[in-house]
Amino acid sequence: MLGHFKRKKKAMPAISTASLPDIVFILLFFFMVATRMRETEMKVKSNLPKATEMEKLEKKDLLSYIFIGAPEESFQKEFGSAPRLQLNDRLATPDEVIDFVASEKAKMRPELQNAIIIAIKCDKDADLGILSDVKIELRKANALKVTYITLKDDKKSR
Amino acid sequence: MARTTPEINASSMADIAFLLLVFFLVTTEIDIDEGINVALPPWTDVPPPPVELNDKNTLTVLINSRNQLLVEEELDDIDNLRKRTIEFLSNNGRNPELSNSPQEAVVSFKGDVGTSYETYIQVYNELRGAYNDLRNDLTRKKTNGRISNFNDLDRTTRDSILIEEIKFELPIRLSEAEPTKLGK
Repeated sequence: MLGHFKRKKKAMPAISTASLPDIVFILLFFFMVATRMRETEMKVKSNLPKATEMEKLEKKDLLSYIFIGAPEESFQKEFGSAPRLQLNDRLATPDEVIDFVASEKAKMRPELQNAIIIAIKCDKDADLGILSDVKIELRKANALKVTYITLKDDKKSR
Repeated sequence: MARTTPEINASSMADIAFLLLVFFLVTTEIDIDEGINVALPPWTDVPPPPVELNDKNTLTVLINSRNQLLVEEELDDIDNLRKRTIEFLSNNGRNPELSNSPQEAVVSFKGDVGTSYETYIQVYNELRGAYNDLRNDLTRKKTNGRISNFNDLDRTTRDSILIEEIKFELPIRLSEAEPTKLGK
């Protein structure tokens, strides 16, 4: 009777793992292509201040970045050390903000254009003067949603 | 003499590739930025007439070009600002020198062109923090402790009524004036 339940031994063929590296390499290349290290070259300093009351910005397609800060050392010869703003890849003055907003809006889908959010990455040593100039231009350009990008303050956050 | 070369074991290749993969996953960041949201007032060519506000319903916060803070005409420290703002907002007429109700209370805030951005953000953070703390308290009370953070209320469920209620009871009335031009 017992012999009835005994399985017949059959040699399992070894599963070939030779294709596993290929699969993983495909994954690797996917990640290398899909993620990017850095979007634009930074021409101004941007040591962000710390805060506790921020919200996550999940709607990436609505965001346009403006950087404010003193030019990096290599650009100081040309542009001086006073805080300036960087729009995309170039250094600019506040009166170029209106054109910048218009071109950013033109890149977006028409129904989203009025929901544009301007993310300001401002160096903590910059002064309020240039920031308020930028804000006046943003108001003129009718881009009224603004967010100040800050780092999380681990000491203070509860 | 011809010898058959033994087959090279390729199973460790997968491990190497996995290591590389993990390395890339860790070093590249799909970062989600975090920021303090601000709504700017629309631009008008004519400056709006100064709103007559009952003085006790306004909390004036000034920062000068040396990053010093003046709250209701006395020098103060940033660390006290949140407590003072909460006291001012949640007064509900008890102290005759502070606000009548959160709906009437306005926090008026002004910097100087020479104020550093770091100080400005710290002050703004504290003022927003005061509003957020009060909103969180109200959320906790209204949900009987179920949810303790206003931002955790879900807009898509019936909590949306609650969101509107809290926004009505505790409107964020944070007005920011053009900076003075004394510094520099």
